[in-house]
Amino acid sequence: MIDYIVGHINYWLIIAVMMVGLYTLMSRSNLIKKLAGLAMFQTAVILFYVSLGKVDGGTVPIVAEGYTLYSNPLPQVLMLTAIVVGVATTALGFALVIRIKEAYESVEEHEISQMDEKE
Amino acid sequence: MNEQLTILLVVIPLIAAPITALFKNKDIAWAITLLVSTACFVLSVIIMLDVIDGKHVIYELGGWRPPWGIEYKIDALNAFIALIVSGIATISSIYAKSSVEHEIDDSTIPLFYAAFQLCLLGLLGIALTGDVFNLFVFLEISSLSTYALISMGKHRKALTAAFSYLILGTVGATFFLIGVGFLFAASGSLNTADIAQRFETFAHMQLVETALIFMVLGIALKAAVFPLHSWLPNAYSQAPSAVSVFLSATATKVSIYALYRVLFDLYPVQYWVDMLMPQILLSLGCVAVIYGSYRAWQQVEMKRLLAFSSVAQIGYMIIGLALLNQNGLTASIMHLFNHAVIKATLFMGAGILLYRANTTDLGSLRGMGRDIPWSFAAMVIAGLSLIGVPGTVGFITKWYLLESAIETGQWIVVVTIVIGSVLAIGYVWKIVESLYFRSSRKVHIHAVESGDDSVGKTPIGMAVALWIGAGLCIFFGLNTDLSFDAATTAALSLLKQ
Repeated sequence: MIDYIVGHINYWLIIAVMMVGLYTLMSRSNLIKKLAGLAMFQTAVILFYVSLGKVDGGTVPIVAEGYTLYSNPLPQVLMLTAIVVGVATTALGFALVIRIKEAYESVEEHEISQMDEKE
Repeated sequence: MNEQLTILLVVIPLIAAPITALFKNKDIAWAITLLVSTACFVLSVIIMLDVIDGKHVIYELGGWRPPWGIEYKIDALNAFIALIVSGIATISSIYAKSSVEHEIDDSTIPLFYAAFQLCLLGLLGIALTGDVFNLFVFLEISSLSTYALISMGKHRKALTAAFSYLILGTVGATFFLIGVGFLFAASGSLNTADIAQRFETFAHMQLVETALIFMVLGIALKAAVFPLHSWLPNAYSQAPSAVSVFLSATATKVSIYALYRVLFDLYPVQYWVDMLMPQILLSLGCVAVIYGSYRAWQQVEMKRLLAFSSVAQIGYMIIGLALLNQNGLTASIMHLFNHAVIKATLFMGAGILLYRANTTDLGSLRGMGRDIPWSFAAMVIAGLSLIGVPGTVGFITKWYLLESAIETGQWIVVVTIVIGSVLAIGYVWKIVESLYFRSSRKVHIHAVESGDDSVGKTPIGMAVALWIGAGLCIFFGLNTDLSFDAATTAALSLLKQ
């Protein structure tokens, strides 16, 4: 049991990061904090993929004399793409927040929805 | 020869989009967009004709052999979706010229068209790819450009609509990514065909089941399957008209397509039947139909009404999928096409009203129908299709859906379709009544630039696009050969019969 928990320690930590992100995303009214939560949530998934590729005792995937066990490079390559997507999403989100701030003079979700209802 | 055409569908908009963004001239930007969409449409037609009898076209990206490389494997379903997306893109670009000039600042119009092409690229990519991670990337390309497009709406509510769509859409896409990760951990592959082929070897792992749940949830969020539809009404009603036309007809459809691929191609059908997935989807579909139609009936603003009606129509597609027989699946696939045509036409009509009266509020639009008899007639045709009157495309889908429901003895579905249709009559009548039968009233024109004489008449491009849509509603209602053949071939290949 202890072995199981300690052996999967990276996954437990990743789940914790993921849940913190998701909770921030859902519970905060401030749009910037929401985006921060979203970024954490995405980062947790990236960490998950990267730790998938690790093989115990494996070395970097470059063919060389004396090494037979290599880590899987594919998840890291995939995550390069996912990081780019994540950065683009966050950037677009911030751009929207700036426009929302200009239009509503607020970045608090409850204030904005109040203003929307008044119209 | 045809293998090369498949990749061109993605490459053409990919190259054209940045070029469009560089131009300062809005007419050139529009011309490039029209050219790109038309080119994609012609290519899709060529590919469709090639695969309609059940053949495959396979393209290996960069010459890497699958499962290591990314593979595009085109069958009737891929080609059908690509055809819908590029066809609607063409119609919306014809429509977009005057509508966009009216709603968006001149300086941002080239950027608007660039984002539009990127969105087209993403949706076509989803339709073509045979690699699950590649599907995620295309999903994000189309979503990111969609958020930008929606935020360009006239009202400031468009910004909040785009923001909440960004949050939910990204959560959905990330869920899908988690699912892909689990499946990759179990199978070691990302290629759909490869995973399906070796499924037995890792089917016993708990991971595989979790992966399916994550993927289905993620896609369902993107496809606005009830109860994950909350982003849709605001996003579609606040977006610029041309964007509403394009997105309502394609974005959710492509996500439903991704759902077909995951459920039928990636996983064996028996696997998720054992998880009670069809029952869950069937119930959600039925609730979506009734809830969506009821909420649509309550609305007093036309674009919101149409958006809620979309929620209901997505319900029909999910029902067709969950019935799990050939007629049901055929109806579901055909409804992707039929609903795309119907909803595009209706949103085009709403856009024309917005262009001429600067409002889509049904109360302010009283009697407008008599001032614009032709555009209004086109909208009525599309409205009748939405209800499912014989002779229109909507009837064909509902007919096959009913047939399939009776075959499988799902009487609840029969009842749902009848209630849904009655409510559809209700909300379509609401539009017809206020636009045509209510005593006309001086239209409250809001915030029209002074000296603008364009309000008096419908621009030719918008009218042409609207009538193409209405024509298609009738044409494919009477002549079902093309859509039915394509949908049947696609359904058979999904069911592996």
